[in-house]
Amino acid sequence: MSILLKVENLSRSFGGIHANSDITFDVNEGEILGVIGPNGAGKSTLFDLITGFTKSDKGKVILRDKNITNIRPDLICRLGVGRTFQKLKPFADQTLLENVIVGALVKEKNLKVARDKALEIIDFVDLIEKRHHYAKELSTGQRKRLELARALATDPKLLLMDEVTGGVDQRTIPGLVELVLKLKKNGITVVTIEHNMKIIMDISDRILALNQGKRIAFDIPKNISQNSQVIDAYLGTVDAA
Amino acid sequence: MNLISKELLQAKNEPLNYFNKNSLIIIGLVVLGLFLYPFISPSKFALHLLMMIFMHAVMSQSWNVLAGFSGQISLGHAIFFGIGAYASGYFYTKFQITPWVGIIIGIAISAFVALLIGIPMLRLKGHYFAIATLLIGISFQVIFQRWSEVGGSAGLYVPINRDSPWLSMQFHKSKVSYYYITLVFFIITFFLVWLLNRSKLGYRLKAIRDQSEAASSLGIHVSKYKVIAFIISAMIMAPMGSIYAQYVLIIDPNNTFSVDISILVLLISVMGGVGNIWGPIIGSSILIPISEFSRIYFGGTGRSIDLIIYGILIISICIFRPSGIVSLIPKSFREREKAK
Amino acid sequence: MTSQVIIQAIISGILMGLIYALIAAGLSLIFGLMEIVNFAHGDHLMISMFSTFWFWMLFGIDPIFSIPLTIILMAFLGVFTHYFIIRKILNSTMLIQICATFGLAVTIRALAQFFFTPDFRTIKNPIIQGKLEIYGIFIGYPQLFASFICLFAFILLYLFVTKTETGTALQATSQDRQAAEILGIPSNKMFALGWAIGLSCVAVAGSMLSNYYYVFPDVGVNFSLFAFVAVALGGFGSINGSLIAGVIIGIVESVGGLLIDPSYKLLYVFAVYLLVVILRPQGIFGRY
Ligand SMILES: Nc1ncnc2c1ncn2[C@@H]1O[C@H](COP(=O)(O)OP(=O)(O)OP(=O)(O)O)[C@@H](O)[C@H]1O
Ligand SMILES: [Mg+2]
Repeated sequence: MSILLKVENLSRSFGGIHANSDITFDVNEGEILGVIGPNGAGKSTLFDLITGFTKSDKGKVILRDKNITNIRPDLICRLGVGRTFQKLKPFADQTLLENVIVGALVKEKNLKVARDKALEIIDFVDLIEKRHHYAKELSTGQRKRLELARALATDPKLLLMDEVTGGVDQRTIPGLVELVLKLKKNGITVVTIEHNMKIIMDISDRILALNQGKRIAFDIPKNISQNSQVIDAYLGTVDAA
Repeated sequence: MNLISKELLQAKNEPLNYFNKNSLIIIGLVVLGLFLYPFISPSKFALHLLMMIFMHAVMSQSWNVLAGFSGQISLGHAIFFGIGAYASGYFYTKFQITPWVGIIIGIAISAFVALLIGIPMLRLKGHYFAIATLLIGISFQVIFQRWSEVGGSAGLYVPINRDSPWLSMQFHKSKVSYYYITLVFFIITFFLVWLLNRSKLGYRLKAIRDQSEAASSLGIHVSKYKVIAFIISAMIMAPMGSIYAQYVLIIDPNNTFSVDISILVLLISVMGGVGNIWGPIIGSSILIPISEFSRIYFGGTGRSIDLIIYGILIISICIFRPSGIVSLIPKSFREREKAK
Repeated sequence: MTSQVIIQAIISGILMGLIYALIAAGLSLIFGLMEIVNFAHGDHLMISMFSTFWFWMLFGIDPIFSIPLTIILMAFLGVFTHYFIIRKILNSTMLIQICATFGLAVTIRALAQFFFTPDFRTIKNPIIQGKLEIYGIFIGYPQLFASFICLFAFILLYLFVTKTETGTALQATSQDRQAAEILGIPSNKMFALGWAIGLSCVAVAGSMLSNYYYVFPDVGVNFSLFAFVAVALGGFGSINGSLIAGVIIGIVESVGGLLIDPSYKLLYVFAVYLLVVILRPQGIFGRY
């Protein structure tokens, strides 16, 4: 098993808030890594740091052997890291197909080839009938699939997903989860942020738990559910709610 | 992957772009009509009016490429109009270089200036960029007013040449040649923009316009492409300046590097519909006749009447139809037909 | 060049800068409230100057006495503008907002040209005239007076915004519209008030300017450009920032004109803008 992504002592603060402090972990090729933590724990910030959307104050991000710390987001994408956004960012005035074509154009030179590839991926996320619908006409769950498809079209080795199941209709969750497992089967390494404990425990190979910007645990699911710090910081609050 | 679904196969067989047969036929007929129009010996004014409509449609298409494709609002597009006018005028006046070459020089200089302005300025967001372009546009005017090599505020008078109309791009007998030159530029511009809209570049630019962060997460170097859009936009504008200069044969900073032109191209686009290829044609066909007719009916003193009508129209559009007149046209006639 | 000349330039710059500051404060206040740049701001200034002119021309009211009348007129105009135009485009894109206020600018200027002709007019023999000489430095009384009135108006504005209940409500709306609504502050009323105050600032500046400046339909253009620069310099939405920024601009304009070449005055000010937005986009005194 080889290591695909290595993150060392990654830190970032906004004003006085330490959104990430000294985060260290790694991701193995082919695994699903779950990232958990209460609201404001710094999960999304971690994704932004890895994908170059915010600059780190300290620390390193290494993809295979390449140091990708603080390089531009578009370069990181070209190196094989795809991502989705927690706050969805579809190209609202364009159709689903056009959205995904933009992603496919990263690797494909020919527009027709890119279109066909986009169609395959749209089919893969089960939205083929909706291909000519404008993004703004899609439901939240469908837009999550759109973002996923768009990122997949760039041929990522590593896919970072920020709350795929967040804010969607309960009934559509199993479908989305199945999709994530399908990605793994296709050899894509996945890092996924999840609030739903049951899902994350089921699908993850390992879990990274954050709280107030710090790493509080990094382990296999079974151990995470027994980790007292995690229970205090996260499960505790969920149970209480 | 899973079994290939029927739907997928069908989708792959769809053409890449939809063409609406009816609208293609209409466009073809209109273009043909415009080419044949001079043969029914129309009045000078009619030719002038159409020419102005074409010219302003191209000018606002230039603005529209930047705003509609990359989402940046420029309030200084007269810069490139002025550069085009001065490039052809200056090189003809001083070195007898034919304005046809002057047009190309103008396009090249405009592209270069757009690059120089674009690199630092396109990092600015929203209002900051808009105001920056407004101020840079005025700076060009101030500089040209003081620059004696190009005639200062009196401007340049293009020397009259009656011997070789095509070489000097001066047609003193009739406006027909000017009409055809503008018409050809108009058609070429719209065809190129239409192609751009369907090209890989077009996809990337529209992605940046709609959601620049998502675009960069999909491997698009946002600032590079914004500069590219700015350069394309500048290159579309410049030849209109050159043609205008050859048409009026007087080039001065106040009628070329003018804020009014920068604003007019924006108003035309918004009137017609921003980000839509037909928007500038529609906007230009509405606003230009207003000013040309009011100039006739009210003469010099009534010059501001057209502006009063403009202003009120524009405010009304902003309030009642922010997507422009184009949104009144039934969907089936617009560029894309949605399947199902 | 003697130091006297430089001091003279600095003083004129400061005096003019205080006027720019008040104009910019109005612009900034409106922007802070609803993120709309009033591109017709200079033309509103022009209306105030014409208002002052006509009060003098038709009724013989001197500019210093017509200030309240012009303020009332402009405040009403502000409320109307908000009610008939701005209110309807609050949720539109930035482009539509720019376009609407530019459309307003075009209309106002064209109307002025139509009704008043492009002629330059002046108010003859106003009460305040003449100049003061201290150690060889000349200061026109109209300029001096104008700056004092503008500074005074600025202080009143500042006290209003920070010390009164309504002012605090205004600030609350400008910081977080939704939260303010929840606290029972009707944002629509606050916006209308913002426009009334924003244009009142211009009314004061316009009245005072017409004491010694030509009055003509295009007079507002350069003032509005300087106001944009001042607002960007001071940080969009920051009223205090616009005071310092206005004065800086006044000094840059007059000292730059003295030391380099007066015909490029505009460019020095623009250069300040470009430098600031590229190096420090939040403005020198911006919040972030
Ligand atoms: N651009 C920013 N400016 C200022 N503060 C920020 C910024 N981005 C994040 N923060 C702060 O950093 C902290 C971590 O935020 P982050 O979005 O990473 O949390 P999260 O774990 O993704 O939370 P959630 O579960 O709500 O998505 C929060 O306190 C947040 O307010
Ligand atoms: Mg988050």
